[in-house]
Amino acid sequence: MIRFIIKRLLMMIPVLLGVTLVVFTIMYFTPGDPAQIILGDMATEEDRELFREEHGLNGSFVEQYINYMKRVIVEGDLGTSYTTKMSVTKEIVARFPTTFKLAGVSILIACIIGIVAGVISATRQYSVFDHVATGISLIGVSLPNFWQGMMNIIVFSVWLGWFPPSGFSTPKHWVLPAITIGTSSAANIMRMTRSSMLEVIRQDYIRTARSKGQKEGVVIRRHALRNALIPIITVVGLNFGKLLGGAVLTESIFSIAGIGKLMVDAIKAKNTPLVQGGVLFIAVVMCFVNLIVDILYAFVDPKIRSQYMAPRRTAYKGKEETNG
Amino acid sequence: MAKTILEIKDLAVQYVTDEAVVEAVNHIDLSLEQGESLGLVGETGAGKTTTALSVMQLLPDVSARIVSGEIYFEGEDLIRISPAKKREYRGNKVSMIFQDPMTALNPTLSVGDQIMEVILLHNRISREEAKNRAVEMMELVGLPGERFNDYPHQFSGGMKQRVIIAIALACRPSLLIADEPTTALDVTIQAQVLHLIARLKEEEQTSLILITHDLGIVAETCQKAAIMYAGEIMEYGTVEHIFNNTAHPYTEGLFGSIPNLNRKVSRLTPIPGLAPDPAALPRGCKFAPRCRYATPACSEAEVPVYEIEPGHLVKCLRAAPEGRSGDE
Repeated sequence: MIRFIIKRLLMMIPVLLGVTLVVFTIMYFTPGDPAQIILGDMATEEDRELFREEHGLNGSFVEQYINYMKRVIVEGDLGTSYTTKMSVTKEIVARFPTTFKLAGVSILIACIIGIVAGVISATRQYSVFDHVATGISLIGVSLPNFWQGMMNIIVFSVWLGWFPPSGFSTPKHWVLPAITIGTSSAANIMRMTRSSMLEVIRQDYIRTARSKGQKEGVVIRRHALRNALIPIITVVGLNFGKLLGGAVLTESIFSIAGIGKLMVDAIKAKNTPLVQGGVLFIAVVMCFVNLIVDILYAFVDPKIRSQYMAPRRTAYKGKEETNG
Repeated sequence: MAKTILEIKDLAVQYVTDEAVVEAVNHIDLSLEQGESLGLVGETGAGKTTTALSVMQLLPDVSARIVSGEIYFEGEDLIRISPAKKREYRGNKVSMIFQDPMTALNPTLSVGDQIMEVILLHNRISREEAKNRAVEMMELVGLPGERFNDYPHQFSGGMKQRVIIAIALACRPSLLIADEPTTALDVTIQAQVLHLIARLKEEEQTSLILITHDLGIVAETCQKAAIMYAGEIMEYGTVEHIFNNTAHPYTEGLFGSIPNLNRKVSRLTPIPGLAPDPAALPRGCKFAPRCRYATPACSEAEVPVYEIEPGHLVKCLRAAPEGRSGDE
């Protein structure tokens, strides 16, 4: 197991290198001069030259990239934000807890609603509940976040006055944004749970469980749901990663100072170090979520567990197969 | 005189889909005495498994309908008792060994847990005791008890079938239904599994319904046999009746399809044609279209059942008292 985790951590390195290269390239080739945007119209040509000098913006593309990577790898320094003059790491660390809380609350609610509704839908396929739930989930998947966010504000803040329209200080503030970004996750999880459960319920071992005289509820929970969990975990992981990367639009609508809003502001200001640092950070988070998902697979499925535990020879064989 | 443990009366089961109504089991009668073993023989789609699932009350509730009939087990009609009562019987007094051991075990639970589950369900004992009983069961069916915590994917097909047998027998059922228990296994393992079932049956005085399409297995394991075709029992009797005094043309056809080592035969004689589509069964005798003795009378009306000797029942016009004498 530990060997598997170490292997996965090492595999993150090329991924992250690729991410930095892509982001760096995009930022380099997008039009607009950071010196111009940051210093404003009043600055002279000398000021701008000085700014470029100071931030190493004068070399060729390759030089700049190598310099940046040297700093990141050797010193672990992601650079300084052009606008606030604070270190990028500090900026991100300051914003992350908010995003993490928002993502955590949303995914938790989404899991509860999605899995419960999915299981009921699957066990009572074609019932009224099933039709209503799949209908709602279809709407849930299709609703655009920004529209739903604004509608939530209009209905629950402006008309009803139940929840505050912006900010993220108290749990009461969490409700609307969590609902807004949790809806599509809940809908995704529900649909995946339903289809996965429908497949498992038809398996022979479910009949075996019933033939033992087991109660239907236990058959569903202990025998069916456990086997249906793998694709559900995958969807939950993907959604959680997406939310941790910052719900860009939702955070902007509700004026929540999270990673998403930080990134949007940085891109607008052509604050290159912050954008690069932010994307790199999100990539790392994504990799970790994936790793956790893979570890969870092993807990749920003993077959996968024994694959992870497998001796070196089989591990290599598996790798060749996926590469070929 | 042993007491009757299972009595199926006039059982008819249909599968209803949007396109068609499939008549899987058509008004069959069967009875089984304590300690007796019955072979249920027939082609694929003859309704053998449906009959078994009816006794277990495990028919898929979306599509299957029990149209008529009663299934008396120890005096109670299994079709009409409450779901809670049904659960009490299942796995406890009646249990079933399923066809395909590869898919019949839950891949996420250890085999020990799966054996323990049925023991805990029907006995008021501690987990500790249940575990001991489960290990005992594993050893009884020839699996090392140390493998209690192993998962199904770590076992071979034959071993999985042993686990399933252990589950089925864990509560000492009075009736065991084995649905083609050896079909998915290779020949050497087949013999082992059959001997195991026969031995355990002998020790526990369990009644057995053995579903198979292999007449050899029936001859070896069972006292009685019922030949099923298109959801009906065509011939029913002791193994001696069926093997030595074959009366139904379909049974004859089945025997003709088996190679015989004692006689030199260059070709087998298969039954011509295919089993009828159960969604559109022929009128009268279901076997008439494939029967070489068929007469127009066969397709006219429902064929009655004749008892040609005590306990030997045949559903064929040729078995009618006057018909037989006229033929010979």
